[in-house]
Amino acid sequence: MNKHLLSAGDLTAGDIRLVLDTAGHLAKLTDRAIKKVPTLRGRTVCNLFFEDSTRTRISFELAAKRLSADVINFTAKGSSVSKGESLKDTAITLEAMGVDAIVIRHPASGAPVRLANWVKAHVVNAGDGTHEHPTQALLDLYTMRQHFPSFDGLRVAIVGDVLHSRVARSNVLALKTMGAEVTLVAPPTLLPTSVDQWGVGVSYDLDAVLPKTDVVMMLRIQLERQSAGFFPSVREYARLYGLDARRLDAMPDSSIVMHPGPMNRGVEIAAEVADSIERSVIASQVSNGIHVRMGLLYLLLGGPAVTEPGRLPEEVPA
Amino acid sequence: MKPILLKGGRLVDPASGHDAVADVLVRDGIVAEAGAGLDATGAEVVDCDRLVVSPGFADLHVHLREPGREDAETIETGSMAAALGGYTAVCPMPNTDPPADNAGVVEMVAARGREIGLVELFPVGAVTVARAGEQLAELGAMARSAAAVDTFSDDGNPIREARLLRRALEYARAFDAVIADHCEDHSLTEGAQMHEGELSGLLGLRGWPAAAEDMVVARDLMLAELTGGRLHLCHLSTAGAVELVRAAKARGVRVTAEAAPHHFTLTDAALASYDPVFKVNPPLRGKADVEAVRQGLADGTIDAIATDHAPHTREDKEVELAAAPPGMLGLQTALGLAITELVEPGWLTLPQAIERLTAGPARCRRLPGHGGPVTAGAPANLTVFDPAATWTVRGAELASRSRNTPFEGRELHGRVVHTILRGRPTVRDGQLVEAGS
Repeated sequence: MNKHLLSAGDLTAGDIRLVLDTAGHLAKLTDRAIKKVPTLRGRTVCNLFFEDSTRTRISFELAAKRLSADVINFTAKGSSVSKGESLKDTAITLEAMGVDAIVIRHPASGAPVRLANWVKAHVVNAGDGTHEHPTQALLDLYTMRQHFPSFDGLRVAIVGDVLHSRVARSNVLALKTMGAEVTLVAPPTLLPTSVDQWGVGVSYDLDAVLPKTDVVMMLRIQLERQSAGFFPSVREYARLYGLDARRLDAMPDSSIVMHPGPMNRGVEIAAEVADSIERSVIASQVSNGIHVRMGLLYLLLGGPAVTEPGRLPEEVPA
Repeated sequence: MKPILLKGGRLVDPASGHDAVADVLVRDGIVAEAGAGLDATGAEVVDCDRLVVSPGFADLHVHLREPGREDAETIETGSMAAALGGYTAVCPMPNTDPPADNAGVVEMVAARGREIGLVELFPVGAVTVARAGEQLAELGAMARSAAAVDTFSDDGNPIREARLLRRALEYARAFDAVIADHCEDHSLTEGAQMHEGELSGLLGLRGWPAAAEDMVVARDLMLAELTGGRLHLCHLSTAGAVELVRAAKARGVRVTAEAAPHHFTLTDAALASYDPVFKVNPPLRGKADVEAVRQGLADGTIDAIATDHAPHTREDKEVELAAAPPGMLGLQTALGLAITELVEPGWLTLPQAIERLTAGPARCRRLPGHGGPVTAGAPANLTVFDPAATWTVRGAELASRSRNTPFEGRELHGRVVHTILRGRPTVRDGQLVEAGS
């Protein structure tokens, strides 16, 4: 493992397996009345959020707390873009306070890369602009692995606003590393230029892709993309790229439906699909997120590989 | 002042086509004589063996930040960087605060330059009031001012309205002035952080497509053709733009063009670091564009190397990429990059590279006394450099008040040894000579 987690592209297949395995062991360990283990006692994790994301922040906070780390939340919406304290000064301040890991969410692509230049602490990218969200990809892979024996040849369709999606970028990188077959489905306006060089399939036709899909991942569509001319209307978008019950029926019976949340019900995903007990794994993505982030923090902050459940060292030496 | 005899250097003077070992005698601010085996009793002899003597370099496009952002650069520090870079003439752009859209500001800039005396300043005036693209600035007042402005540009703001650019090109003919445009269609570049290509998609950064430059270049060329006005195109960065200019020149359009060293040296790959030191407008492009710019410089489609020297403070650049202003330093690295990146790989001969730094810029606008030829009676604006000297770029050692060089740590060949402005050394043995000393 690298010192930081800035991009899913920095992870080898071995790294990804290690995080997922560790997450699995930790899940079992905390699957009991007292959910805490003392592993990261005395370590401090800072959630540095320059953008509202209660869900991601809470997930990281719970993950750190279940490992007994101290958690501080630093919410600075606006940041230097709106002439507040600069990211560098914030970094220096946190460094001076002796934090061991910084989990950063930032509206500017690349902000975690910049931050990592300025601090000694481990930096975890919790979503940067329209770049990446690597822990989301890890939790997505973890969820897929609960349903499919192998990533090799697993057919994953990622549907929606790929152009602006950090979730899509991180998933593409991690899934490619693991040998999955990824297809991006979107109107051409919502695909990055040169997407043909990403080494993935590309389609503008959701109906053509779904029958050959094991995992469909629906991306959140920002409604303001309509006014920017990316598509003519939300109604048309939903009609062409929304996942409804009819489309779900066209998929293999073993297939699963994912969504990173928060959902626009009735736009990219119909309520009956989101709530489908047999096929939707959206709720387990959320719980898996905590375990995967526990696994990641544990490994980044120096934990040895966990080989058996219940055999964690009491504390990771600082 | 004692006469100076530059002895035994290779005199490369593109304006006259001279390229051979020759001595140059400088007396009373002018070239007294140039030729082989000069002997001047009483002159200070400067040994130029193995060195190249050329006309002083001229830079069509610099930002000296004064007035308004003296924390990033001043006319003084910018002049120091220019002299050390071998320049005797530079053209400060009008995006100051207040903007150079009136005679007062251009006169102040030119006068301050004279007072410092390290490099001659030829200010560029704004085309429109406050560079807002709405109403023509008083071009005549600036042209007739003491600064004698003959080039107008709204700098980072392209002239959006075709009608207005047409009027500017027409009106400027009254003063035989040049309209210099920054070619960018803003509706395609809003929020852009880098060149649009494979990498921008991967990095999650909004891209600036080459088409946003090419289409404005095409429009500008058509308007130059329509009006017969003199058009200059700033910092060409795309293969498409180079090709458009090449074709326009072939059919006789009155157009000149410049390219910046970073655009013939660096590619968008540098942005993978998200380091704002590589953020510039127009952005660093792809490899094919870099090669097209080199080819354009080689065949003369691009007349001049212009640095677009753009100092920014550390606090402005040590931020997230999206929050950083575009621009990079250039004055002290231009010669080294031209030799290392253009001459040594064989794209240009040394005399061609010198042409793009001297006679080329002097072709784009009036720069009286600069660009050569180095003949008896001409003002003694000269640069002496060692084309083989190796040095490493260190931002902290540059004279600019800012440190934002994208070439930190890069080894370059070619270093300025002496710069002479109107007969007076501004740089001796690579060191600044303070005015009055």
